[in-house]
Amino acid sequence: MPNEAEVIKGRPGAHGQSNGEAPLDLDVPSADRIAFTTCYMCACRCGIKVHLKDGRIRYIQGNRDHPVNKGVLCAKGSAGIMNHYSPARLQKPLRRVGPRGSGEFEEIEWDEAMAIATGWLGAIRNSDPRKLAFFTGRDQSQALTGWWASQFGTPNHAAHGGFCSVNMAAAGLYTIGGSFWEFGEPDWENTKYFLMFGVAEDHDSNPIKIGLGKLKTKGAAKFVSVNPIRTGYSAIADEWVGIRPGTDGLFILALIQELLLAGKIDEDYLRRYTNASWLVIQDEGAADNGLFVRDAQGQPLVFDETTKTIAPANQANVVPQLAGKVTLADGRTAVPAFHLVARRCLEPQYAADAVAAETGIAAETIRRIAAELAHAAFEQTIEIDQPWTDWAGRHHDKMVGRPVAMHAMRGISAHSNGFHTCRAIHILQMMLGAIDSPGSFRYKPPFPRPTPPGIKPTGRAADIQPGKPMPGPPLGFPTSPQDLLVEADGTPRRLDKAFSWEAPLAAHGMMHQVIRNAWAGDPHKIDTLFMFMANMSWNSSMNTAGTMEMLTDKDPATGDYKIPHIIYSDAYASEMVAYSDLVLPDTTYLERWDCISLLDRPISDADGVADAIRQPVIPPDRDVRPFQDVLIDLGARLGLPGLVKDDGSPRYPGGFPDYLVHHERKPGVGMLAGWRGAAGDKQGVGAVNEGQLDAYVANTCFWRHEVPAEARYFKHSNRAYLEWAVGMGLIDKPEPITLQLYSEVLQKFRLAAEGHGEVQPPDEHRARVKTYFDPLPLWYMPFEEAEVARDAFPLHAITQRPMAMYHSWGSQNAWLRQIHGDNRLHIHRATAARLGITDDDWVAVTSHHGRIKAQAKLMDGVNPHTVWTWNAIGKRSGAWNLAPKAGESQQGFLLNHVISELLPERGDGHRYGNSDPVTGQAAWYDLRVRIEKVAADAGVSEPQFAALPNPPHMPERPDVLRYGEGFRAAAHGESK
Amino acid sequence: MTSLPAQPSAKRLGLVIDLDICVGCHACAVNCKEWNSGGPAAPLTDLAPYGANPDGVWFNRVHTYEVGEGPTGRTVHFPRSCLHCAEPACVTVCPTGASFKRAEDGIVLVNEDLCIGCKLCSWACPYGAREFDEDAGVMKKCTLCVDRIYNETFDPADRVPACVATCPASARHFGDLGDPDSAVSKLVAEREGFDLMAEMGYAPTNKYLPPRPHKHGAGCTGAPAQLAPAVAAKADGLLGWLDRLLSHE
Amino acid sequence: MHPSLSVIFFTTASGAGYGLLALLGVFAPLGVVSRDPLFGFAALALALAAITAGLLSSMFHLGQKQRAWRAFSQWRTSWLSREGVASVVTYIPAGLFGLAWVFLGTVSPAAGVLAALGAVVTVFCTAMIYRSLKPVPRWHNRWVVPNYLALALMSGALWLAFVLQIFGARPAINGLAIAAVVLAAVLKLAYWRFIDAAPATSTAESATGLGAIGKVRLFEAPHTSENYLLKEMGFQIARKHATRLRRIALGLGFALPCLLSFVPLLSTGGPALAATFVAAALGTFGIFVERWLFFAEAQHAVTLYYGRDAV
Ligand SMILES: Nc1nc2c(c(=O)[nH]1)N[C@H]1C(S)=C(S)[C@@H](COP(=O)(O)OP(=O)(O)OC[C@H]3O[C@@H](n4cnc5c(=O)[nH]c(N)nc54)[C@H](O)[C@@H]3O)O[C@H]1N2
Ligand SMILES: Nc1nc2c(c(=O)[nH]1)N[C@H]1C(S)=C(S)[C@@H](COP(=O)(O)OP(=O)(O)OC[C@H]3O[C@@H](n4cnc5c(=O)[nH]c(N)nc54)[C@H](O)[C@@H]3O)O[C@H]1N2
Ligand code: SF4
Ligand code: SF4
Ligand code: SF4
Ligand code: SF4
Ligand code: SF4
Ligand SMILES: [Mo]
Repeated sequence: MPNEAEVIKGRPGAHGQSNGEAPLDLDVPSADRIAFTTCYMCACRCGIKVHLKDGRIRYIQGNRDHPVNKGVLCAKGSAGIMNHYSPARLQKPLRRVGPRGSGEFEEIEWDEAMAIATGWLGAIRNSDPRKLAFFTGRDQSQALTGWWASQFGTPNHAAHGGFCSVNMAAAGLYTIGGSFWEFGEPDWENTKYFLMFGVAEDHDSNPIKIGLGKLKTKGAAKFVSVNPIRTGYSAIADEWVGIRPGTDGLFILALIQELLLAGKIDEDYLRRYTNASWLVIQDEGAADNGLFVRDAQGQPLVFDETTKTIAPANQANVVPQLAGKVTLADGRTAVPAFHLVARRCLEPQYAADAVAAETGIAAETIRRIAAELAHAAFEQTIEIDQPWTDWAGRHHDKMVGRPVAMHAMRGISAHSNGFHTCRAIHILQMMLGAIDSPGSFRYKPPFPRPTPPGIKPTGRAADIQPGKPMPGPPLGFPTSPQDLLVEADGTPRRLDKAFSWEAPLAAHGMMHQVIRNAWAGDPHKIDTLFMFMANMSWNSSMNTAGTMEMLTDKDPATGDYKIPHIIYSDAYASEMVAYSDLVLPDTTYLERWDCISLLDRPISDADGVADAIRQPVIPPDRDVRPFQDVLIDLGARLGLPGLVKDDGSPRYPGGFPDYLVHHERKPGVGMLAGWRGAAGDKQGVGAVNEGQLDAYVANTCFWRHEVPAEARYFKHSNRAYLEWAVGMGLIDKPEPITLQLYSEVLQKFRLAAEGHGEVQPPDEHRARVKTYFDPLPLWYMPFEEAEVARDAFPLHAITQRPMAMYHSWGSQNAWLRQIHGDNRLHIHRATAARLGITDDDWVAVTSHHGRIKAQAKLMDGVNPHTVWTWNAIGKRSGAWNLAPKAGESQQGFLLNHVISELLPERGDGHRYGNSDPVTGQAAWYDLRVRIEKVAADAGVSEPQFAALPNPPHMPERPDVLRYGEGFRAAAHGESK
Repeated sequence: MTSLPAQPSAKRLGLVIDLDICVGCHACAVNCKEWNSGGPAAPLTDLAPYGANPDGVWFNRVHTYEVGEGPTGRTVHFPRSCLHCAEPACVTVCPTGASFKRAEDGIVLVNEDLCIGCKLCSWACPYGAREFDEDAGVMKKCTLCVDRIYNETFDPADRVPACVATCPASARHFGDLGDPDSAVSKLVAEREGFDLMAEMGYAPTNKYLPPRPHKHGAGCTGAPAQLAPAVAAKADGLLGWLDRLLSHE
Repeated sequence: MHPSLSVIFFTTASGAGYGLLALLGVFAPLGVVSRDPLFGFAALALALAAITAGLLSSMFHLGQKQRAWRAFSQWRTSWLSREGVASVVTYIPAGLFGLAWVFLGTVSPAAGVLAALGAVVTVFCTAMIYRSLKPVPRWHNRWVVPNYLALALMSGALWLAFVLQIFGARPAINGLAIAAVVLAAVLKLAYWRFIDAAPATSTAESATGLGAIGKVRLFEAPHTSENYLLKEMGFQIARKHATRLRRIALGLGFALPCLLSFVPLLSTGGPALAATFVAAALGTFGIFVERWLFFAEAQHAVTLYYGRDAV
């Protein structure tokens, strides 16, 4: 931190003033107690140092030693005090007394609440465990919740990844064994060229800001932001590329084409670390067409240029050929994967001139950026004086880097072509040799992992039995149609239709389809919807109004709700609370133990593996319980095998902290990787250590173990890394992780669609699977844009994360809601002029699904075909213990009302989900709209819903908030 | 005493804000509010905190501007707090002596116990750095975290303003702008840091560093404007494969 | 600037009071006005009542009224402090002048002149409070002090004419009133001309220092609702309203009082009395409107950070 604390030596006039001013005590201690824990104002999970005074929180500061934030805190983290003391905090368990959605509740005791939940869940566990749908939103407890679901015996579990960024995760894990998101990071220290696609904030909030600060301070690299909107990170980019939404794939493929035409490709890298040279069978119509040629051991084969023979790919001394037809022993032909990929990328529709109009990026800009990428990668290589040995035992005396780094997130992810676009980015990276080489994108351990990781989803008929756990986890990574969770007729088995032919690689599940499917009983009916931390009746659903109706809809025959029971855990009076039958109030993040586990979404950085905990720093002042304790208690009451001892008594009577220390996933591997072993001297793998939590607390609540110097780059192929990772329990075998330029997995699904194999898609899905399971890079128009008339809905409508607000829950924060107290629809000045719209006008925004009314704000820095707003600022009147006339509900608006969860009907009446066809990722940003000026009338946004009442006994909202006056009075004396 | 110090101090503590790096995250603004909510200026009262039109006291506020148009146009995030001016009228207009500039380091402060809440200093500040606390009836403002920078109960590394310590992008720097050899002064010299509204004659201590020019012209990174197609085929190596690849089709 | 009623009332009322006091302090010793103690009582009571009401009203503007006394301490630098000191100090000669006149029947030239001086100084200090504020270019100019002085003189003269009318006409004073109104109107027009024509002192570009890149436009303010700065300093008045109010001020506040001030020159008795009263009342009302505009039309530099192009 460039400060000059050191110059502020000496304290002239600190107490006695020279010019008559009042004496000021400059040495007031900030705390009488300091406690370290982990921030949870967003998913970045920075380390925090909480200053407590007189039992209240005086100040929350960044933990300087913490690997994630290194002492800094964002706006949300700095506003944690106001979330902790929010008047929207739930006070006690609630049971619904009015109709669902009315928000009428009575308070009940925990015993009763647990008894109700146990009653509902026990009944279905012993009849049909699938009737429990257990979905968790803002996760990080997934290591526990997923495991719990398996113990319960239901496959109907997922966290929010399906509507968040599974496209990034899946494209990354199936292609490079790692991912953008927070699983990798640019080599901030060394990169010379940083290309960022579609990021407003990301989960790595503080690390990205720290990194950009570094990059810009040095001034030696160029930072290009590809984003339809020029705010936030894009505002400080050296070049802003204001792309038209959904067209990044075209831009990337055009860049690749330029590089190919110029021969600016890292041939060696492709040969060594990717499957570029693996021979692909070219036998149209055959059951193995498009699969790799393999030897008897299953080893893929290449054509060795030196011996001019076909040889196994895993031999260190082969020089595999990258292009050209090879005749196989059986007389068929094969070509290296690269040949196919290059041919695809060289197709005329991906020429710079051809994509310019669609993307809105001038051809000369595309050519220049391609030239700049090549220049940075090949003319500005950097060398790190660090010898290393690759998987094949080849020794390298230096680490040679291609200093081009890339990062991408939801601007890529939240489109129905996002999986392939993200894959195209990874392919571009591979072409440049810019994956985990110095200066490029770097994996954060436990990544890289095999492409994809070896876990398969569980949930076939045989896996589900009354009263029994499932034999495996609900989520995983299918690698062939056999791994899908479908019935014999091809219909989905899971409630959310993940791992079905509609979304075969839905590795994170599809939470955005759960309520609709549960309501429709499609593919099956459920009894209890159990949710945690997801505001599903509002900002995390598409078709919000429709979702509310589905949640309250009754079966006319029985008069019962179509979704019979809803249990929900929230910490605050969110919009979703009103739609629950039983509300289990959670603590705030400062009142509980939590675990940021390597089994879940770790906080590692490229140079170190790390995990962390949260510890309670302040006792709850309400009758609330940590959800994880509740879940463990519930599991014990239900007698779930992992949660009770043989005698039926609770296995973890100490609740979540007890579980954290004692639970082992497999021998030596538990929730926390630090201080394992009875003596606390083991890292990664080791026996249970009774003192583990104390060790974490003593180390300011995190553990980090450095990756050895020789293991820090080329991790996918670096012997030292692979062995180290096995030792740490991060991967099973020290085998190289081959980057998948060509995706054989996709080809297997395509073959099934073409009529091969035992598990084939039903006819109505064949064409779709065949089209989108393309093993080669691909761009297609996002579905909504392709299906609705382009001129009827001429504009894209997207959202961005505001840096100072976390989804819906920042609005109860007295400080943050002053920054974003309502939201506007931002429109390009020229577009607005054409439509006769000026600043502050009210506009109607209409999609194929619905219409909302919002207030306009004009700007220049936005793609002219795009309108946008800040995400999740609009609130339902009365929610969050805000005044019913608060700006969030009156002027604020939610774009989700016009986003449909289904695509328009196709010929046969079937409506696919508004999702990526490969992963099921929710396609939030495919939205197409038209806008028109409307009368302001009352100056209130639309739609409006009945104001929600507060749950009983919520604290009164103060009219004036004087937080901290007590601290001042105590420290400085009051002299009014 | 609202006379400016007779002897302007050699030490001029202040902030340097880098507009080239600021991403507009509001961390500095919120952390400032958080820190000062427990300090000598506490509380930083919020009116209607959960109602319509919430309005609180903030010592630091982050604006966003669009500047220029077309390819040279840009978005600039712009944090704004007290500039601890060398010759500020906010001090001299004060009728009570509540407002003062410290002789030893130039920090401009308000003694809330003397302030009558006449608001004149806020009229006298062109930069909007004075914050009236309606509830308390007194004027408040950025203290340059005077209760942190000298605080001997603090770890020396924490003796910086809260906004500086928390800025994730390192867009904020703190130091002695009266000392030409200080890191901040050098930074200002090197990056051509500037004064806001110099025409007011207040001689602000805080400096702003301008956004660096965009890099989107041909050759901006040393790369050519476009790549030369590798048409000439060599017998082996990269161009060879490409040639073969194309000729196989 | 937000036109705060307490401040507008204060400057209007105390301006009238000090104007009246100053005229009495000079004219009574000179014998230009009646020396009747009853007149003295009535006129001085009116002057001091206006001053006191004004000063009390100005207290309403304070956040910490009970500490108002502290405002006398910084007379070395602060015009507000000086104004406070001058206003309080003026009570001494004014009081002595009044006591001697009303109870002893003597008009003390010394006390009168000192009171007049105090009144002028106080009004001058008031004007200087505004005149010295660089962030408000429409105040920070040479027309402000003459305006304040002339407007105080004008309202003082109109009220003096009215009180005198009760006690018997003095055409000279009506002439003075006419002259004062004309002078004030001329100065006010000059002020308006000046502020309408003066080039901007500061711009959004100079405020942000970003002018080298191009035109600066606010994209997002720091907070979505208004804050103190905007409520206090972001007051906006539409040009058409300002024009209308200027006309009202000119017509009702200057032209009519001027015309009405001719009435006592042509007639006496009821009509004259009524005319002087209406003239004084309208003049005061005009100044009230003018003063409201003085605030409403003043643009503070801080608004440059909130979307205004120039001040
Ligand atoms: N239009 C549009 N819609 C979107 C998106 C978009 O970009 N545009 N983004 C999508 C994405 S990526 C996501 S991840 C979702 C996010 O949407 P959600 O997952 O709904 O996230 P939040 O709004 O953060 O709501 C989470 C809930 O958790 C509660 N909560 C907060 N803290 C705690 C706690 O400590 N314990 C418990 N039990 N509950 C707590 C909050 O009160 C809130 O009700 O939104 C999606 N929806
Ligand atoms: N402050 C804050 N931080 C958060 C969150 C939050 O709510 N607030 N939420 C967290 C969560 S759950 C998530 S998933 C992450 C998401 O973090 P981000 O990925 O940063 O999410 P978004 O805000 O959706 O940003 C998407 C960006 O992509 C751009 N974009 C949209 N369409 C396209 C396109 O077609 N091409 C390109 N190139 N760009 C496009 C948008 O303009 C926007 O800038 O953030 C996490 N961090
Ligand atoms: S980025 Fe901010 S909110 Fe998120 S964990 Fe870090 S400090 Fe907390
Ligand atoms: S914390 Fe830093 S980057 Fe964020 S707004 Fe403040 S100065 Fe800018
Ligand atoms: S910025 Fe304003 S408040 Fe701060 S010293 Fe300068 S004039 Fe005074
Ligand atoms: S508001 Fe307080 S600090 Fe400001 S000028 Fe008045 S008395 Fe002084
Ligand atoms: S120096 Fe301290 S008081 Fe001033 S803006 Fe920064 S954090 Fe706030
Ligand atoms: Mo997300």
